[in-house]
Formats: sequence, C-alpha cells, structure tokens
Amino acid sequence: MVKDQEFLKSKASYCLDLAKKMGATDASVTVGHSISETVNFRNKSLEASDRSDGLALSIETYLGKRRSSISSSNLLDENIKTLIEKCFETTKITPEDEFNSLPDKNLLAKKISSLNLYDETRFENDKKIKYLKDLEESASTNNQIINTESSFTENKSNFILANSDGFCDGYKTSSFAASCVTVAKDENSMERDYEFSSKRHLSDIKQATDLGNKAAKQTIRKLSPKKIGSEKISIIFDKRISKGMLSVFASAISASAIARGTSFLRDKIDQQVFANSINVIDKPDIIKGMGSQNFDSEGVNSNTLQLIENGILKNYLVDTYNGKKLNLESNGRSGGTTNLYFEKGNISYEDLMKKNSRSLYITETIGHGSNIVTGDYSVGATGFLVEDGEFKYPVNEITIAGNFKDMFKNITLANDLEFEYSVNSPTMMIEGMTVAGK
Amino acid sequence: MSDFFNKSDLTRQDANKIVSETLNNCDDGELYLEESKSESILLDDNKIKSSNYSSDLGFGFRAISNEVVAYSYSNEISKDSLKNSSENLKSTLKSIKGTYNHEIPKSNKKFYEDINPIEQKTLDSKLQVLNKVNDFLRKKDGSVKQVTASFAGEQKSIEIIRSGGEALTDVRPLIRFNVSVMLEKNGRKETGVYGIGGRQSYDDYLKNDNWKNVCEEAFRIASVNLESKPAPAGEMKVVLGPGWPAILIHEAIGHGLEGDFNRKKTSAFHDLMGEKVASEGVTIVDDGTIDNRRGSLTIDDEGTPTERTVLIENGILKNFMQDRHNARLMNTRSTGSGRRENYRHIVLPRMRNTMMLSGNQTQDEMIKSVDKGIFAVSFGGGQVDITSGKFVFNCTEAYEINNGKIGSPIKGATLIGDGPSILKEVSMVGNDMMLDPGIGTCGKAGQGVPVGVAQPSILIDKMTVGGTKL
Repeated sequence: MVKDQEFLKSKASYCLDLAKKMGATDASVTVGHSISETVNFRNKSLEASDRSDGLALSIETYLGKRRSSISSSNLLDENIKTLIEKCFETTKITPEDEFNSLPDKNLLAKKISSLNLYDETRFENDKKIKYLKDLEESASTNNQIINTESSFTENKSNFILANSDGFCDGYKTSSFAASCVTVAKDENSMERDYEFSSKRHLSDIKQATDLGNKAAKQTIRKLSPKKIGSEKISIIFDKRISKGMLSVFASAISASAIARGTSFLRDKIDQQVFANSINVIDKPDIIKGMGSQNFDSEGVNSNTLQLIENGILKNYLVDTYNGKKLNLESNGRSGGTTNLYFEKGNISYEDLMKKNSRSLYITETIGHGSNIVTGDYSVGATGFLVEDGEFKYPVNEITIAGNFKDMFKNITLANDLEFEYSVNSPTMMIEGMTVAGK
Repeated sequence: MSDFFNKSDLTRQDANKIVSETLNNCDDGELYLEESKSESILLDDNKIKSSNYSSDLGFGFRAISNEVVAYSYSNEISKDSLKNSSENLKSTLKSIKGTYNHEIPKSNKKFYEDINPIEQKTLDSKLQVLNKVNDFLRKKDGSVKQVTASFAGEQKSIEIIRSGGEALTDVRPLIRFNVSVMLEKNGRKETGVYGIGGRQSYDDYLKNDNWKNVCEEAFRIASVNLESKPAPAGEMKVVLGPGWPAILIHEAIGHGLEGDFNRKKTSAFHDLMGEKVASEGVTIVDDGTIDNRRGSLTIDDEGTPTERTVLIENGILKNFMQDRHNARLMNTRSTGSGRRENYRHIVLPRMRNTMMLSGNQTQDEMIKSVDKGIFAVSFGGGQVDITSGKFVFNCTEAYEINNGKIGSPIKGATLIGDGPSILKEVSMVGNDMMLDPGIGTCGKAGQGVPVGVAQPSILIDKMTVGGTKL
C-alpha cells in the first residue's frame, strides 16, 4: 500500500520544524512515496517481473536570500537530521540571490478539487499476465512478426508538499500503462514499431487485442523501405511526432530559457510566432488527465493558460524564481506544462493527406536535433511517401531539417485531436522543409 | 566502504540466509546493495543558481530462472523489506526451477581509488572556480551573453551478495566539470559546450588552471558556430575528427553488439558473428579496464571483473558484450558488461569505453582526398534504431570540405547512416586515436550509465548529411 497522507505529513513537518530550529528563515519540503509493479512478456511468455517501492524526500532551506537543497531516499529521522544540517551549512556559504524566495502567499493553491487522478483498483500480476498474453497473441498473428515484447506497469503514488508559509497539501495519483514493441522481417529488411496506452484509470486502458494488432500493423507496413532523394517537400507529422513540436515550443517559452536569453522565442510576447489559425492551450484541470495537477511543484495554483491565440504568443511558462527575474507573476508552471495541446484544425485527416499531390508522412524521428537557442531542427526520420492521399512505400535513412521560426508559421493542423497523453496534437503538415536522402 | 548492516535490524547473517534460501532453486541472481552520495553545483546567469546534495540508499534483489528475471527493489534496508522482496521473487518464479551457478571470476586489479570526490574539495573552493569561469569568459569577449558552469560529483558504494554468502564490493568515484557559453553577434546566437571528467578527484582535472582550457574550448566552438552557414543536404564523404566523434561507433555498432538484442535476434548484427562487418584495418574494442576513465569499472554490477573485449578485429565480428543472464542463455561467458544505473534498475549488457584503434593514415591525407564533403569535429548526442540499424548523431562543430581543403563552418546538422554497412564505408583509418574528455552518458531502456569512447580520425565514403541547403 502506498503510504498515507498522515505519514507523509508527519515527515514533512519534522523536516520543516528541524530546519526552522537550525535557523532557516524559510524552507520547503516534498515527501513522496511510489509503488510500481511491472510484468514483461516476450514472444508470448513471461520474461520479467519488477516491483519497486520508493520513498523520496527533497528539502530546500533558505537563509534570507541564500538557498540550497538536498534530496534523499532514506527517511530515517537520524539521516534526515544529518542531511538538513548539511543543507543548512551549505546554505550559509552559498551566495545571496535576490530572486530566491518561496512563492507569494496569495498565489498558493487554496482549494483542492478532485480531478479523479487516483484509481485504487489493484490489477494483480496474474491479470497483467493474462492481458499481455492476449496482446501478444494478437500481435503475432502475421508470420512476418518475428519478435514481440510487451509490458504492463501499474503505479500508485502519493506526495505532500509543505513550506514554512503554511502550505501543506498533496494527493494520490495512479497510472496504468501497457506497451507493445514488435519486430517484423522480410527478405530485404527488419523493422520495429510500437504502440502503447497510458491512463490514470485501469478501465480506460486500450483493449489488449487492439494494442497488439495496431503495433503489428504499424511494423509490417514499414518493411522494405526505400531511401528517397534530397528535396524540399511538404511533411505530414503523425500525431505521435507532432506532439513533440509542442514540447519544443514549451521548452522555448519556459521562463528560465527566456530569462537566460537562450530561447529563439525571447521577446516575442504579443507577436505572431505560429500561423494565425493556430491556438495552443495548457489546461491543468482535465478530469483524469495524464498531466493534470492542482498546483505546481511550488504549491502555486495553476489555471488554464492560452499560450498561443490565433498564432500570437500570449504567455510564458512562469515559476517563482524566473518570474521575479522577468518581473512576472508565477502562473503555476514550475515543473513545466500540464495538459498541453493544439486546438484542432478545420481540415480532415483525409483532406490533409491529399492537400499536396506528393508529401512525406513521418512516423518516427531519432536524434536530439532541436536547438532551442537558434531554432534549428535536424533529425533522422522514418515514414512513408504519400501520393494522392495514399501511402506509396515506406521510407527510411533520411533526415528532415528546418528552423522552428519558419516551421511554426507553416503549420496546418487536421481536426483529429484526441486527449491520449499529457501533450496532444492533431496530425500536422508543415510545408517548405528539407529532406536529405540519397 | 559502506557498511549496509549497521543501518537497521538486518544483519549480514539474515541477509545471507534470505538470499541463499530465495536463490536456492534459481539459475542466478543476487542481492545488490548500494549507497550513493552526489552533489551538483550550478552557476548560471552570473549567479550560483543551485547547490544540491543527495544521498541514496537501497537494494535490488534479483532472481533468474531460465529466461525469466524477477526483480524487486526498495530503499528501505530492513529484514521485513528484504523478506517482502523475497516473497515477491518466489511468487514470480514459483513454477520455474533452475540450478544456481556459483562461478564468478576474480581479479584483484582496481582501476580507480576509493575516494569521495565531494569531500576532497571544499564547497567554497568549488564556488570560487565557478565564479572565476564566469568572470574569465565575460571579460574575454563582449559577445559573451550567457555562461553556465557546473560541478557534478558522486561516490557510489556497492556490495553484491550471492547465494552461499559470497560478497563482492566496489567504491566508485565520478566527477564532471562542464562549461557552456552563449555568444551573440549581429543578432545571431550560438552556444558552445565543453566538459571534462572521470573517476578521480576534481583537482586531478582542474590542476594548472585547466578550467581555463575548458572555457577556451567552449568559447572556440561557439565562435566557430557564429560564422556557420547552412549545412548541405544529401549523401557525401565525411571525415570524422579523433576522440569524441567516436559516439558514431557507440551508436552505429556498439548498441547492436550488446548481448540482449542478439539473443533476442532483434539486432541487425545477430546473424553476423564471424562475418566481415567493417573494412579491413578497422578494430573495435570495448574496454572497462583503463585507469580512471568514466566508462571504467573494477567489477561490473553483477560482480564480474571488467575486461578489454574485442568486438571487431580487422573487420571481422568477434564478440558481443555480455552480462551473466544473456551469456548463460547464449552459452558463452560474461564479458563484465552487466550494468545498471542504480539499485532501482535491472542489469543489462552495456558498453564501457568503446574504442576504434589507430590505423596508419593521417587526417591530412583524408581531407586532401575529398572533393566535396564535410569534416565533423565535435558532436552532441546520438541515437540508434537497433532493429533497422539506422543511427544518427548531431554535429556541433563541422566544416565543409571543397577540393581537398577545409572551408566554412556549417550549422549543426544531423548525420544519418546504416550501422551494419557504415563501417564498410570506412576507407581510411588515422594514426591519431584519442580518448574523449570524459563526458558521455549512454541511455538504454530508461537507464543512464557513464561511458567513454575513443577513435582516430576516419574517412567515411558515404553518409547522409541532414542540412537544409540542397
């Protein structure tokens, strides 16, 4: 069983009391406990089981404008005492920083509403095994599939965040995740693809057979890929890749990147940065949302933010420290975005596919080719050549490149948005990018 | 050395008894105990931005029978907690019986000292170095707009207890010092990053004001990039510089030669043992035994002493990298490559220091032989798709080559290639093998472990460069 609120609260207040007693002017502490159980299958039989049970503690102590932090997994009172002593000794010799402080009291979350983020259902390992058997059975019906690997993870967590201004709150969350990786082989090639489902509640997890079938289908269609020539071509990003554009955008508008001057979106507030049909929203209060939260990692209340309105940048993602630096109030985004999404576009997936007589559909990218400072983008890619709205043949060993400043202004979104993950996007088309191949 | 048995009600005798009783009917397994202390100190935007100290303690208990691995970890080292884990393992493996293999090789060689680098340098003197870095770079040139510098240090103590009570221990220091600088000129911004590190004390790396060299190198890379032009797009010849660019070897070849992917036949290399996979003259080893290197280990995380494993010899595939589990199932021996990020994770076969050995040509000869291509000197990260064999890595410093001469710097671009065939495209191997500066972290299945790479300059006849200029 995951530790209850009372246990975590008692550890948190022990830490705060001790820090105060040693002379800290302020302190904040997070105590968390998490239990997860995973079962792994391979080629229709049990491969591994894994159980983890972990406590975690992190403390920040302040002496005026000086601050330092410690973290530990050892919650014995004696160890905590030694660590807080060490933390406070470090704080004393750390230089002052005028922007160091706890969040403004009036911004702290006051009322915690239930977002239904915890499902207490226990999915026993025998049931996980049954699910994975069904999944791999349906993933391996085609004899081109030569290897299947799948896993089911169940996680239950609880935490308390407390600070010396009296904030003390936390809540339980759960997650269930099933995934499947399949390998297919033909005379020319061997390819891998995957499918997964991750939810707060067990009953929302995709059917095992659907997951297996989809993974297999997505893998087999990649067999015998060709390399295409280097050219400018319009690129269609599958949903699982288009959401990555949002993650890049989020890191470029984090208050820390803005304050440090290391973002290509610095000083772009109230300016056009996306095509004018584009709206981007970050919504923390979606019921059962994978990214939902009542408050951010500092206890600050988080409300829905319209980040992009008709293509115009409206908000940064602001935490207390960088907010003070930029002279902005925290908007509860210490720890980043919550449930981030592009509003759906007004063209169907089919019409998007047919918009150009020839385009490239990308299903996977590899490499870390996003530069937040310059906006340059260059990654390895796998996908399909599309002609007249149809997949013609699979393509690999190519790269796609551009600059986000141009790419964002040339985005067209389909109307197929679904809320599956904490970051969600419809299928996306970007025109004017460069493909490097043969 | 940590004493794991003075922390709670769990005695060594209890632990031995529970371990032996749990693993009695299994093929392999062990109790892995770990205590780590780590610090990170960051200077950013003219200030000491954070100073964090962390201590972590826990165990991971593993039982293996046939192909099934049962694993349970906890950060509470106590009799109850270990008994719970034991029950957990037994319930997973209830219907599968094995025969415990007690054999584990021994060695008394050590590749680093039992030190705690965090305690060997005072916090105050670390803060002073970071402030000096900041002042030095900002005074150096008006174009410097941002400086980030950091120290990261760690001491990890481990003890492995096998069935029958055999205990193996190791104490591993690790440090890293890193500088990143952003320049701005005529509205253009570029960054340069450089770092150093390994398994010694901070001062072993920082003596003689060596921090200045790190600053100069980060500044030089950023300055080069301020002048960079769009990179070309398409297939061309590529000359790789010595040292860190060997992450190409790590991504393109290394991961594909890890035992697990080959046992499962999901690696593009699984049926190529004994075959020619590289040009003649190409020899690649994975070596855990180089003194004080970031990827070196006295024993791996299963207790096997590490070694120098020949992967490819003169173009022929000779060995895969193995942990005990995959080695047993493939009827071979562990190469001391079983590693885990920490007690929260299962052991996987991983790389240590992966190196292509020197040949006898010069970098000059390579550049002169290229009509049109690029010269890649420094890289960011890389990634590979094991199954299709396709891999990428990102240039952070590269130049055009035109008619045998190095031309303008080009913008960061991704290079993509095919692992099983790329080494056949190597047409020249340099005489200038160099180790990387000690900064690599390899990710696999969500676990990061410190690794090293090395190579001489090499010429690759055909690779796709992912620029924007057609």
